[in-house]
Parts: sequence; structure tokens; C-alpha cells
Amino acid sequence: MIPTSYYILLGSGLFTIGVIGVLTRRNVLIILMSIELILNAVNINLVALSQYFRSVDGQVFAIFVITDAAAGAAVGLGLIIALFRNKETVNADEIDLLKW
Amino acid sequence: MLEHIWLIPLFPALGALTQLLIGRRLSNKAVSAVSVGLPGLSLLWALGCIVEFFRLPSDVHVFNKVLYSWLPAGAFRLADGSLSNLNVHVGFQLDPLSTVMLLVVTGVGFLIHVYSIGYMGHEGGYYRFFGYMNLFMFSMLVLVLANNYLMMFVGWEGVGLCSYLLIGFYFQRGSASDAGKKAFVVNRIGDAGFLLGVMLMAVTFGSLDFQEVTAQAISGRFPVGSSAIVAICILLFIGATGKSAQIPLYTWLPDAMEGPTPVSALIHAATMVTAGVYMVARSNALFILAPTAMALVAGIGAATAIWAASIGLVQNDIKRVLAYSTVSQLGYMFLACGVGAFGAGIFHLMTHAFFKALLFLGAGSVIHALSGEQDMRKMGGLWGRVPTTAKTMLVATLAISGAPLFSGFFSKDEILWKAFSSPYGSLLLWLVGFATAGLTAFYMFRLFFLTFAGQSRVPHEIEHHIHESPKVMTIPLICLAVGALAAGYIGWPKILGGSNHFEHFLEPVFENPRAMPGFEHAWQSEFGLMLLSVGVALAGFLVAYFWYVKRPETPQLVAAKARPIYQVVLNKYYIDELYDALFVNRAKNLGNALAAFDLGVVDGGVNGVAWSTRMSGEVSRFWDTWVIDGLVNVTAFVVKVMSYPAKLIQTGGVQTYAWMITLGVLIFMAYYLVHF
Repeated sequence: MIPTSYYILLGSGLFTIGVIGVLTRRNVLIILMSIELILNAVNINLVALSQYFRSVDGQVFAIFVITDAAAGAAVGLGLIIALFRNKETVNADEIDLLKW
Repeated sequence: MLEHIWLIPLFPALGALTQLLIGRRLSNKAVSAVSVGLPGLSLLWALGCIVEFFRLPSDVHVFNKVLYSWLPAGAFRLADGSLSNLNVHVGFQLDPLSTVMLLVVTGVGFLIHVYSIGYMGHEGGYYRFFGYMNLFMFSMLVLVLANNYLMMFVGWEGVGLCSYLLIGFYFQRGSASDAGKKAFVVNRIGDAGFLLGVMLMAVTFGSLDFQEVTAQAISGRFPVGSSAIVAICILLFIGATGKSAQIPLYTWLPDAMEGPTPVSALIHAATMVTAGVYMVARSNALFILAPTAMALVAGIGAATAIWAASIGLVQNDIKRVLAYSTVSQLGYMFLACGVGAFGAGIFHLMTHAFFKALLFLGAGSVIHALSGEQDMRKMGGLWGRVPTTAKTMLVATLAISGAPLFSGFFSKDEILWKAFSSPYGSLLLWLVGFATAGLTAFYMFRLFFLTFAGQSRVPHEIEHHIHESPKVMTIPLICLAVGALAAGYIGWPKILGGSNHFEHFLEPVFENPRAMPGFEHAWQSEFGLMLLSVGVALAGFLVAYFWYVKRPETPQLVAAKARPIYQVVLNKYYIDELYDALFVNRAKNLGNALAAFDLGVVDGGVNGVAWSTRMSGEVSRFWDTWVIDGLVNVTAFVVKVMSYPAKLIQTGGVQTYAWMITLGVLIFMAYYLVHF
């Protein structure tokens, strides 16, 4: 049996990669994908700890997170398409209308 | 009726009010009905009053009706230190003198109003004309019926105003409005004298009532020649020289002929200009106390008589000849007053009112017939063309020339006789009057012959339209002709078998124990003088006849021979030019200087205040813009500068915010790791 700490380490690694992707990549699509990575890192943690604590709550919560990620991805992609139609770009640097 | 004597001036006042308020909306017929009817009523009322006055007991010579107290001035100290209570009333007085004036004003005035219906019928401003005429009647009646000097002065100013308005009746014509102004300004000079006289009278007598002043003057309170009385008399006489056109203030009257002819007849011949004579006669008790003033009156009167007559000799405008004749005849009246023959002066005033009004109305009728022509050189041969006018004019000409049995004969001879025989008179005064009588006969017959006799010199296009005036104009002429013929009979002198009712009638007014007693003269001398004056009048007539009928070329020859003299007289001795140079232009210069002062100093001061206010406003504005606003702006700037670092954070970039969140989380985590 694989020790739980491995799962936690995997989740942490995925999370870190996701965060770095969000912070460093300029393409909005990639940022969205990085957010999916973060969510899935959380899912791994939830499922691993559910197994560890012998409780099904974590797995249920993971199902919710997957659903939420799907909905979020749909909304996010819709936003990106609308944004691209208006600005002809998917570069996060150029989307700075809220600056002072 | 006598109790309501105030209705006499009230009637024309109502007429004036009607015309001047709503006359514009009335038809000409309604205007004439009101404005001729009301003076007519006034005439009837006056006649009623006079009849009642005659019925009063024979020792009552004055009827005095006080309506109300006008100026109760209260107690004040007189010039001699005594206390008096001056109270001026609005009151009317009827005595023999005002009876005569009342009859002349209402009678002649009414006839001239009737005549005006015809004469003014085609003129614009018909209602305005009658409004002014009625206003004049009102003022004149106040003047002659007043029982004190101040109320008389009100009437005096009123007639002056109406004179101004009516001279300038054709105000579109520059010469007419100038003449109106001249009359007003010249009269003003005289009026100032009158007013000063009245003031001096108030502080000398403590009363302005005719009866009171006369009683005090007769009482012996003041010695003959008392300086206050002499001053009052001279001041009053200055007033009279203005209103009655005597030297030196006569120049306005000839120019006043710019007004319509009925105005010349009523105001500038029959009534207003005689107001001065009336006033002097009314003040006879004062003048008797001032022999110096008497001599002045007589001298000015005689000088004016011959001076104006000489100008009248050469004038070519028919109305101007009559104007100078009026001035000259007024001189006669003052001559009479100046030699103490006030009765004779008033007698001449009355007869003159008839024949001079007739002459003016006749001249108006001629002018009417000739479509407005006034130059006698363009008349002639009108005798058969305007028969009624011509015949009535002949009566008036005979009357003014002093032909025996016409009214002027009686009054003029009485004046001449008094000038010679009165203790105040002298041979010189008589001689001047006598010469004037000859000149008068000459210029009047010159006028008559130039107008009615000889060949017609009327331009062809006017010749067709010559017509006798309508009945409404000729009937007043006939009435006045009867007056001019017969008015003298009431003063038929003793020497010709009469009893001079007129003089006896006026005696209560002019009787004065303080007058110098007259000397007895042989009746032959009076008769002789009478013959002489008839002779000189006849001579004047004959010269006129030979010069203007027999040999019409003579006047030119004479004028050519004495060219310089002729020019001087034709130009009225250049008196107008002299006055312009001496007084009028000086006054204008003074006016200009005052205007310059006004513009420069007074307006300059106001503008300076405005400028300094504006400048202090500028300073205020500067402070506001740079200091007050500056402080506010500096505060705003400081805030703006201080906000600069803060706003750097807000890049609008999503990832910047993500970094911050991440860093924040890391910081929190680090904190927790360290502390727990």
C-alpha cells in the first residue's frame, strides 16, 4: 500500500506547478489549464485523506470539485472567447483595463 | 349771481379741461360747441354779475367774495418792525375797474372765439387751439377778478403760459416755436420784477389784498416818495414792461405774430398785453406815492409809443404793423397812467381792445382770403373783393387814428390832454404823444391803402381764390366795428357837451386825496389841443393818401433818398441783434460753460468714483484668483502627489494581483509557521 504522504507530496507538487503556471504564463488558456491543475491537486489530497481517515466525505467533496471545475472551465472558456472577440488577444498582459 | 362770481373763470377752465383731456376724440362741431359755448356762458354770467353790481347801494363800490384762505402765512415781522399777520385768500373782487376789464375780456374774448370757428376750421389741432384759448380766458379772468396781488400773479403767469403755447401753436415751424420761447423768456424777466415787487409789498404792508394795500397807501402811513414804495412801484412796472411789451422788453410782441391771427387779436392786442396797464392802474394808490416811478412810467410809455410807431411805419407784414401799433398804443396807456390819468389809460385800454381786436381779425380775414399771404406788397385793391372786412377795417383804422366821433378819438385826446395838463405831465410828453398820433394815422392808413386801395398786386394764382370770409367770421367783425365806433361815447368829454360817464364810473378806484391837485385850465386850451391832434391825424392820413394812392412810386423814392435811416428802421433799429449780442449770447455762453463744468467736474467726479470702485474690484478679484483659489489648488496638488506611489500597485494586470494574493498567503503561512 502506498503511504498517504506520497499522495500529499504529489498533490503539493501539482499545486505548486499550477500556482507557478498561473503566475508566470501569459496565455489565458494556459492560466485556465493551470487552475485546473490546482483544483485537481486539491482533489488528490481530498481523496487521499478520505482513504486515510476512512471517511467518504472527502470523496464526495472531490466529486463536487470536479463538477465545479467543469462549470468553471465552461464559464472561463466562454469568457475567453468573448474576450478574444473584443480584444483579438488571449494575452493576460494586454487585459489591463482595470488599471488606475 | 354775484355770490357765484367764481363761476366766470370756471366756465372756460372747464372748457380747457374738456379739450385738453378728451378733445382729440371730439368732432370739430362738439369742440366748437363746448369751447365757444362756455366762454359765452361766462360772458352772460359776467353781464349778470355786473347788473347785480350796479344794483348795490350807491355808496358800495367794491364787491369782495373770499372763497377760502389760500396761504395763511401767520404772524411775521414787517420791514418797519411791526408784527403782521399775512393771509392770502382765494377771492374775487368786482369794482368799477375790474368791471371794465371783465367786460372787455369776456366780450371781446367771446367774439374772437366765435371768429376762430371760421378761421381755424381747416387747421389741424383744432381742439388744442380751443383748449389753449379757453385756458387763456380762465387765466385772464383770474387776473382781472383776483382780489389780491398773489392771485393776480397766478393769472399773470397763466396768461404768459397760454401766450407761449399759442404763439408756438404751429410748432412744426421753427420760427414759431422760437418766437414762443422768446416771448416766454422775455416775459420771465418782467415776471421776476413783479414777483419781487409783490414780496417787497408783503413785507412793507403785511398784506397783498388790493383793498388793504390801497387803504394803507391812502392813509398817510407812508410819505410821498418813500423809498420802499418807489421800489415796489418800479418792480411792478418792470413786470408791466414785460407783459405789456414796453421798452426795453417789447421785442417779443412783434415776433409773437407767428401765432394764429385770433391769438394775436385776443392775447397780443386786446387782453393779455393790457394786463400791465391794468396792474399799474390797480396799484394807482402806490404809484401816486412814488412820483419817481410815475415819471418813469410816463417816460417809458411815451418813448415806447413813438419808438414802436416809427418802426411800424416801414414794416411790410400786415400783422407786424399791427403788432408795433399795439406796442405803441400800450405806450399811450402807460403815458396816461404815468401822468396820473389812470382813468384815461383804462379808457384807452377799452377802446383799443375793440379797434385793435377788430384790426387783427380784419387782417386775419384778409390773410384768410389771400390763402395765407401776409405781405402787404402782395395785396392791394381788395376793397370790393372782401367788402365787409374792408368796411369794418376802415372803421377800426379811423378809430385808431383818432378820427372825430370814433372811439379812439375820445380816449387818445383824453390822454393827450392829461399829458399836457396834469400836474405829473409836461409839454414834452404831450409833444411825443402828439407826434405819435400823426405817425399812427400815417402807418394805419398806409396799411389800409396798401391792402384795400389801388391796383391789385396779388399773384395770379391766388387772385382766383379771393373770397369774403364766412358769416361766422364777419359777424364778430361787425360787432367789434360797432364797439370801435361807439365805445368812446361813454367817455364823451365835458368840453364837447358830454359828462364823461366813464371817468365818473372809475372815480371810486382812482380817487386819491394824496395825488397832486390839478390846475385849472381854460377850456380853450383843451379844445385847441383837440383840434391840433385831429389836425395831425388828418396830416398823417393825407400823407398816406398821397404816397400810397395818388403817387404809389413816392415811398420808394423817399426810401432811396434816406436809405441808411430807412434800413435802420426797417431792421427795427437792430435792437434784436443788440440784445442777442449783449444778453442772449452771453447767457448761451454761460450755459455752455456750465455744461462744460457739469461734464468735466461733476460727471468726472462720478466717473472717478466708478473707476475707483472698479479698480478695488480688480484687486479683490486678483486676491481671490491667486490666493484663495491657490490655497485650494495647492491642497489638491499635495494630495495628488502623495497618492502617486499608491496607484502604482493598481496595474490592471490579473497576474500582478495573483502574485500579490500568493505572496500574501505565503506571508501568512510563514507567520503561522514561525509562531505555532
